[in-house]
Amino acid sequence: MQKSGQTPTTIAKGGCGLHGLIAEKAGGQTSRSLPESVQRQIDDHPCFSEQAHHYFARMHLAVAPACNIQCNYCNRKYDCSNESRPGVVSEVLSPQQAVKKVVAVVSKIPQLSVIGIAGPGDPLANPERTFATFRALAEKMPDLKLCVSTNGLMLPQHAEELLTHNIGHVTITINCIDPDIGARIYPWIFWNHRRIRGRKAAEILIEQQQKGLEMLVEAGALVKVNSVMIPGINDEHLKEVSRVVREKGAFVHNIIPLIADKKYGTYFSLTDQQAPGIQELQALRNACGDNGAMRMMSHCQQCRSDAVGMLSEDRHAEFTAAQIDTMEIDEAAALRKHATVQTTLHRQLELKRKSEAGKFQPLMAAPRQPARQSGEPLLMAVATKGDGLISAHFGHVKSFMIYQVSQQGVQFLEERYTDQYCTGPTTCGEAESTLSQALRLLSDCETVLCSQIGYLPWRQLESAGVRPNSEHAMKPIEASLQTVYQDWLNRDNPAAESQQAAG
Amino acid sequence: MAFSITALCSNCWACQPLCPAEAISAAKPHFQIDAQKCTECEGDYADPQCASICPVEGAILDSQGKPLNPPGSLSGLPPHLTMAADNER
Repeated sequence: MQKSGQTPTTIAKGGCGLHGLIAEKAGGQTSRSLPESVQRQIDDHPCFSEQAHHYFARMHLAVAPACNIQCNYCNRKYDCSNESRPGVVSEVLSPQQAVKKVVAVVSKIPQLSVIGIAGPGDPLANPERTFATFRALAEKMPDLKLCVSTNGLMLPQHAEELLTHNIGHVTITINCIDPDIGARIYPWIFWNHRRIRGRKAAEILIEQQQKGLEMLVEAGALVKVNSVMIPGINDEHLKEVSRVVREKGAFVHNIIPLIADKKYGTYFSLTDQQAPGIQELQALRNACGDNGAMRMMSHCQQCRSDAVGMLSEDRHAEFTAAQIDTMEIDEAAALRKHATVQTTLHRQLELKRKSEAGKFQPLMAAPRQPARQSGEPLLMAVATKGDGLISAHFGHVKSFMIYQVSQQGVQFLEERYTDQYCTGPTTCGEAESTLSQALRLLSDCETVLCSQIGYLPWRQLESAGVRPNSEHAMKPIEASLQTVYQDWLNRDNPAAESQQAAG
Repeated sequence: MAFSITALCSNCWACQPLCPAEAISAAKPHFQIDAQKCTECEGDYADPQCASICPVEGAILDSQGKPLNPPGSLSGLPPHLTMAADNER
């Protein structure tokens, strides 16, 4: 369902106890500055950290099919492996199958660090299945971060149990705190053995969500709030929602856009409800961020409830139950390798942080850092065959040439190899895996110049803030970089332009 | 006197744990109700539990074969819109 559905991954810290956070968490204060231990949890989570998502992978376990509410943005009648939207899965798993799947994924993707349960229904409408899965995982792989995402209806009843399962990080989808608005989002809920409709239903849901939020914060758990932005229904109202959840101690607010494609057959899509544009979404996020008073997430991928892999990819299709049955997995070896890779990745991330101290931009920066300043040199990546030209296809190169470009000129900096972190033939070589490596390698670049590039990498690069450019195919590298730099000054950076004109 | 589940069932498991008579079980291609066991929740609950949580219109029928959640009753959508969307899939 899209509650958890329109939800991304969430997390919790595996090892260290969340209760330790309670004392450190300043009561009543906004969560702008977090205790270091909390910050560390966030920093290592692929959904929250710009850096971590280049290193660590996540997966959602679809063990929770039942839902106890209906949202007007959700329709779980359709399941299609080609659809990338929350609430959708290809197959529902039993807790035993889920654990088996985690081992299979770990054996192929040792970067896996986060396991979320987010549906396809509501995890707390399936408490036995959800908790059995968490229990088994905590026992077998205690270092995995566990997280859960809920609509909140049954949260007060299960808050205590959630905490005992070492799930410190809970996401609640809160779309409103006004039942009249809620009545336009939720047609019904199942409550106390009855189907309740309309305003009354929304009233109960809102009360439960708020109570659940308060209980979790009180117990010291990290709570993230997701809200689906529905123009004309709750967009203005979400500012109030954001303020209230902030005051109650939610540590981050994730406003995600309504998905209203007709083909999904939801109430909203069939009644021509508009989805927000990127600018409207950004404006609302900025308003809710309230000049840094609230942390806002900005890079949520709105993953499927069975997503697998790095944040920029979804490899769920490689891990169906049928495929897992045919895999020969040496579990002990897979777990050992996982532990080694995790240690290595943590070390690499740590080194990267140290080398970039001060430059780190978290995924949920609030507010976002201003764009690069005028006069600042830019890093640009080039795909070349070594002939001095922009001559290679983005997806065909084994390395990128990195240049530093400024008004002073073009300077070759280094060569970065796409197979730098290759862990062997089982995890490398697939298009998606290579793509995610490339995304990681180029994350600090303004642009990447190549002769050709596919649609998927184009989109993913753009969403990672790296501008793909194939306009200079087969042209000399240096001259092209200078042109691109001038274009950037003129087009992307009006401030620089005026400064340039003035100077 | 017993309910039944139709091919519209999406196998979401919501009804199964709620049944006071334990009459519902997972099956292929969809969940089923054991007609021998189903009590229609009489004596246990005011409303039949399976039909009160089922998210799919038309998925559960009463003993007369009539849907307990007829088209439009859960989504609030006019049935012709839902049908058109389903047919496009």
